[in-house]
Amino acid sequence: MKKIEAIIRHFKLEEVKDALTQAGAHGMTVTEVRGFGRQKGQKEQYRGAEYVVDFLPKVKLEVIVSDSDKAKIVDTILMTARTGQIGDGKIFISHVSESIRIRTGESDESSI
Amino acid sequence: MLARMRYWGLATTAMLLCCSSSVFAEETAAPAAAPAFDTGNIAWMLTSSALVLMMTAPGLALFYGGLVRKKNILSVFMQCLFLMGLMSVIWAVYGYSLSFGGESPYIGNFDHVLMKGVLPSEPGVWPAQGTTGIPKALFMAFQGMFFIITPALICGAFAERMKFSTMCVFMILWGTFVYCPIAHWVWADFGWLCEWNTAAPYRAIDFAGGTVVHITSGVSALVCCLIMGKRLGFGQEPMPPHNLTYTAVGAAMLWMGWFGFNGGSAVGSNALAVSGMVSTHFAAAAGLITWAGLEWIQRGKASVLGACSGAVAGLVLITPGSGTVTAMWAMVLAVIGTCVCYWACTTLKSKMKYDDSLDAFGVHGVGGITGALLTGVFATEMVTNPGRKLGGIDGNWAQLVPQAVSVAAAIGIAVVGTTVILKILDATMGLRVTQDDEVQGLDVTQHGEEGYIFY
Repeated sequence: MKKIEAIIRHFKLEEVKDALTQAGAHGMTVTEVRGFGRQKGQKEQYRGAEYVVDFLPKVKLEVIVSDSDKAKIVDTILMTARTGQIGDGKIFISHVSESIRIRTGESDESSI
Repeated sequence: MLARMRYWGLATTAMLLCCSSSVFAEETAAPAAAPAFDTGNIAWMLTSSALVLMMTAPGLALFYGGLVRKKNILSVFMQCLFLMGLMSVIWAVYGYSLSFGGESPYIGNFDHVLMKGVLPSEPGVWPAQGTTGIPKALFMAFQGMFFIITPALICGAFAERMKFSTMCVFMILWGTFVYCPIAHWVWADFGWLCEWNTAAPYRAIDFAGGTVVHITSGVSALVCCLIMGKRLGFGQEPMPPHNLTYTAVGAAMLWMGWFGFNGGSAVGSNALAVSGMVSTHFAAAAGLITWAGLEWIQRGKASVLGACSGAVAGLVLITPGSGTVTAMWAMVLAVIGTCVCYWACTTLKSKMKYDDSLDAFGVHGVGGITGALLTGVFATEMVTNPGRKLGGIDGNWAQLVPQAVSVAAAIGIAVVGTTVILKILDATMGLRVTQDDEVQGLDVTQHGEEGYIFY
């Protein structure tokens, strides 16, 4: 099993979610996050006081998939979350050693 | 306050009494009747009192609360809420008496301590407030709301760093030694700056509190942030407002509450109250677009905080003149004054490098001073004073003298009073929280609570 974490733009969330569901993802978790990469921060002004806000708001989406589905899910995110501008975000993939459904106690792939 | 209405009211009443007594003198020796109350006046003053209370919380609490960092939101709310309790009790015990009692031009006395002469001394007989047609108790309650919001305004200057215990003591002393005297000078019938006191050396026009409320609080705010010093990390780390949505909601509530603040200062439901409300509204509107417009031109964007600040600046500016300045001139006054406040909050503050956290001085101090002076220019007989030349546009430029004297008096008592009180408290209780507490935030360290807990 793999965990796919994608940091994406807020306004792409609906599109990515729909595409992932169609591609066979059974569930996902979404978190509001702030951070920066190459896009860097933005300038803000409050009564003349100027601040550079380094951390920009993004959405982090987590999906756990079987090894065989990984490529399809990653491709789907790449296709839908991309605008071509700096700030589209990143995808991180890691190995998941176990997963258990709390209600039934089922484990591993049948539980995702 | 009470201003012209009472002044002319007294004159007309006196004239009527003279006529009637000469005609009917033989017929009746009228018994001392219970005062006749005017239901319309009472209704408006009850409403106004509630509106002014709403200005402190939730109005000012939200306005200021949104501007601090989120670790200090509750501390700001608590300062406003606690003052609603603390200042009200002091007002009941001696504050009102010290402000409005007696016949001295300089300070009240203890005639009304514990609401003596304010509440009924015989069953069901409510003492009247002069010729206004409202009970004294209502006048006292309305004035009490000003005694709450004035110190609450100062909180903007020392937000995010003052010890709560010290703040409580500071406000008690400040209310006693700064607010009560100046309220007496300007608004008590015998005060030396009182507009309708014909014996006063300087009859300054301050209808609803430009000097009493805004100059005293704004200037004291400046003294506070100079004596207490900057917030930790000021200038090095960003301290942007944590929730401007609150600030916008608070500003809108202040605007609405101000109709009671200025409209209620007529102490009646009459043309003067109409002027108070109408001039106030249009001044706020003009202030809003001025500030936002200046930002738009200078920085390319009209900001929400700019719009809120402009509206509040307009409200502050028209406060002393809302009973004597017509709505059209009120807009002119607000445009000029808002430019001055804008300059104070942006250029002056950054040049002088003081940390007035929420611009209590820039808006209330500078706006109060500018508004009081401009009232001397734009006050006119047209509102409710036919035949009495008031300000510069009436040809009476000499009115600028009492206006300037009242400004100087307000600045003087605020600077001296606040400095002495803070120095004493600094030596005894300490003014600021510890550095660790300041970093952690006042919500947790002063009150043991958090503003935002999500489960």
